[in-house]
Amino acid sequence: MLKKTENQISDLKVVGTRPVRPDGVPKVTGQARYGADYSLPGMLWGKILRSPHAHARIRSIDTSAARALPGVKAVMVGSDMPEQSFSYIGPDRVQVNYWHMTRNVMAREKALFDGHPVAAVAATTAAIAEQALKLIKVDYEVLPHVIDVDDAMKEDAPLLFDNMITRGVSPEPTKPSNVSRRSEFKAGDLEAGFALADEVVEMSFTTEPVHQGYIETHGTLARYGADGQCEIWSSSQGHFMVRAYTAKLLGMNISDLLVHPAEIGGGFGGKTVVYLEPVAALLSKKTGLPVKLVMSREDVFRATGPTSGSSMTVKMGVTKDGKIVAADGTFKLQAGAFPGSPVMNAAMCAFSVYEIENARAVGYDVVCNRPKAVAYRAPGSPIAAFAVESVVDELARRIGMDPLALRLKNAVKAGSPTIWGPKHGYDGFIETIEALMAHPAYKIPLGKNQGRGVASGFWFNGGGESAVTVHVSEDGSIAIASGSMDVGGSRASMALMAAETLGVPYDSVRSTVSDTASIGYNHVTGGSRVTFATGMAVVQACEKIVDDMRARAAMIWDVPLEAVSWQEGAAHLTDAALGEKAPLSLKDIAAKRAVTGGPIVAEVALNAGGQAPGFSTQFCDVEVDPETGAVKILRYVAAQDVGRAIHPSYVEGQIQGGVVQGIGWALNETYVYNDKGQLENTGFLDYRVPVASDLPMIEALIVEVPNPNHPFGVKGVGEVNIVPVMAAVANALRGATGVRQHALPMSPPVVLAALDAQAEEVVGA
Amino acid sequence: MAKQHVSTTINGEAVEFLCETRQSLLDVLRDELDMTGTKEGCGTGDCGACSVTLNGDLVCSCLVLGVEAQGKSIQTIEGMAEGDQLHPLQRKFLEHAALQCGICTPGVLVAAKALLARNPDPTEEEVRYWLAGNLCRCTGYNKIIEAVLDAAREMRGANHA
Repeated sequence: MLKKTENQISDLKVVGTRPVRPDGVPKVTGQARYGADYSLPGMLWGKILRSPHAHARIRSIDTSAARALPGVKAVMVGSDMPEQSFSYIGPDRVQVNYWHMTRNVMAREKALFDGHPVAAVAATTAAIAEQALKLIKVDYEVLPHVIDVDDAMKEDAPLLFDNMITRGVSPEPTKPSNVSRRSEFKAGDLEAGFALADEVVEMSFTTEPVHQGYIETHGTLARYGADGQCEIWSSSQGHFMVRAYTAKLLGMNISDLLVHPAEIGGGFGGKTVVYLEPVAALLSKKTGLPVKLVMSREDVFRATGPTSGSSMTVKMGVTKDGKIVAADGTFKLQAGAFPGSPVMNAAMCAFSVYEIENARAVGYDVVCNRPKAVAYRAPGSPIAAFAVESVVDELARRIGMDPLALRLKNAVKAGSPTIWGPKHGYDGFIETIEALMAHPAYKIPLGKNQGRGVASGFWFNGGGESAVTVHVSEDGSIAIASGSMDVGGSRASMALMAAETLGVPYDSVRSTVSDTASIGYNHVTGGSRVTFATGMAVVQACEKIVDDMRARAAMIWDVPLEAVSWQEGAAHLTDAALGEKAPLSLKDIAAKRAVTGGPIVAEVALNAGGQAPGFSTQFCDVEVDPETGAVKILRYVAAQDVGRAIHPSYVEGQIQGGVVQGIGWALNETYVYNDKGQLENTGFLDYRVPVASDLPMIEALIVEVPNPNHPFGVKGVGEVNIVPVMAAVANALRGATGVRQHALPMSPPVVLAALDAQAEEVVGA
Repeated sequence: MAKQHVSTTINGEAVEFLCETRQSLLDVLRDELDMTGTKEGCGTGDCGACSVTLNGDLVCSCLVLGVEAQGKSIQTIEGMAEGDQLHPLQRKFLEHAALQCGICTPGVLVAAKALLARNPDPTEEEVRYWLAGNLCRCTGYNKIIEAVLDAAREMRGANHA
């Protein structure tokens, strides 16, 4: 493993080791409880009726027969939830509109996609609830639908909203369209830039929407009392998000809702929104009984996720000696049924690994009759990177330069410009390129039908609001409570950072995730922010504990505070003039807590800034079967700057997992809609995510260029690893076959067709 | 329709339950017997999260009816550790960080145990193909494969001793 060790904190004892995670044993024994694993006495089962139409006006819903079925306790429709005002709230990149959100949870005037919820039932058994759904009569007026992003932008496209006027265009359009918003980021002079180029490559690309593919479907249990107090157990990437959205959609006070974080069975961005919780809570309110709702896999595919499909055009110019002088990109992303694709991220990240003086990225957020897009691992960035990194690969070929060398020559570093304003603040990208250049496998010769592809990626990483409490228990052991959902080992990272800061063994620290009533507000676990932001709160809380321990030791010894230091988990008297004292350990001081001020607790609530972005550079070798078009991944090496790896095994795991998700996106994953706009591949048999036998070992190269704004140098790990993958595979395929792929997925029939077309061309010539 | 009475053995214990004829073994385990260690990821036999063994054969419990358990012996994740002693596979999964979210882990462990019972010395490729029916979306499978191979090594050593 490659380690960048500049600014290394030389005497780390715990950070960087690989202990067993605190939540490990329950997860290997089947005792960990996920969203669907909670039940309560007297509980009802909820079921949701979903639209079979991609686009239809709902004239009426008759629920009387369903209500009359014995065992049915309640039926709800969308208008049972209070109406929300129409406005876009929050920062541009992640705006929320509650008028849309309530309609996404349950349709009102129109069903906007196949699988859109239109009604829900609570009954004494799941079978009765299922039967009741069949008795609900919905009178639909089926409308023309549109699935594809380019079709949705056409003049005569069916409109999802007849009053949608494109935002971000001046003067304001007079006619409605499916384009919710246009955004543009620009720097320099494009025309002048392209005039300097010796070679210009312009290509268009499409990508399919892909689902996050978490193995745990959505599941929730709600209990709403006659006193207006409600409790929810659900698996999500943020129980404070569940609390805020559910309270808003039901018109409740936020504090009347208590959300318990179930273990989460994968999210990857897809569990940063609510689908079931408001429905379960409202059904519970209507019945006075707990209600459990669990999605089937079919529900998950039809109505949750995915990230956007896209249509893109990218043009870039390079000089003979390898300087990229201009770049222009247009990125049209499917938002699904409601606005909010990650197109701004796509446009901002697109050219962000290169120092280009003249560049522009234009994005369009386009609604169509598919489920509303939700975040997926560095949302937007991988989509843009497929286009940009494919074009960069062609530039390298045109000028006969090694693709890593071309990237190195144009790589951003601290001080480089961005197209959205502020300059890059941090190094780390160049180091990922150098890591691959130094890798012996990069020079291994390739055989017949084999190719090697390189690509890079950028992701912002996140900071944001976190709150934690650190307790020194009566015996001197440590309990950490945080409000950040643990999706892949963050409890271990928190315990490692606490142990390091306090100078105690890892095994004396217990790290947990608390419910919404027991800890301050935490943003969702997303944006690769938890080890950075929540970790910063843990370290600061432990520093407060250290200060408190020193003060208590000073009180016990009756010496000034300055004379007490904290080393290796104990207070030491450092001023020999004051006498000799045996060090006081955490255990010693905890035993005297009552006479030194009472319980030893530190809380820290912060809004962490100073996050540093993630950079990754990767190469892969593929072999194409000319008979079938099947692509086999032979070798994959991914270098990523993580700042510092707190628990290296889980860092490697994030990199390996992100790469493999990208391989699925590149080679297999796609949605199949029929001509009625109904999804036809609603299971894992036909929506094919990578399986173990598809893959080689993925080599994760951890590059560590510490973030100066974090006590241990953490940057964020979870997302940027997926950004380069699709282009790396496409570029390898280009090398293996001589054919440039412009569309994802590059499944066997697509590749075979391209090879056949190439053969015909050769014969024709 | 009246529920059916079923007598079976789960993790070595005699168990009786009532179920509807349409209920899957997975639903019986989870909803009738409160054994929620076995997970549902798809309900169609595609993901392997609900893997159990039925008379020693590895099956997706979502594809088996509850009534089919009559007179059979079922092993689930809850029966893998012996008291407070984790099975070597469970221990190696923790040591290798072979799980992130953990939802696929019970099924993967049950499947891996079935593999090592018939092939104590599998190659990497054999492990990959045997576990091809168990989807994991978090890990990219690397550390799962490493953990299974390491557990196999340890178990072979223990058997030779």
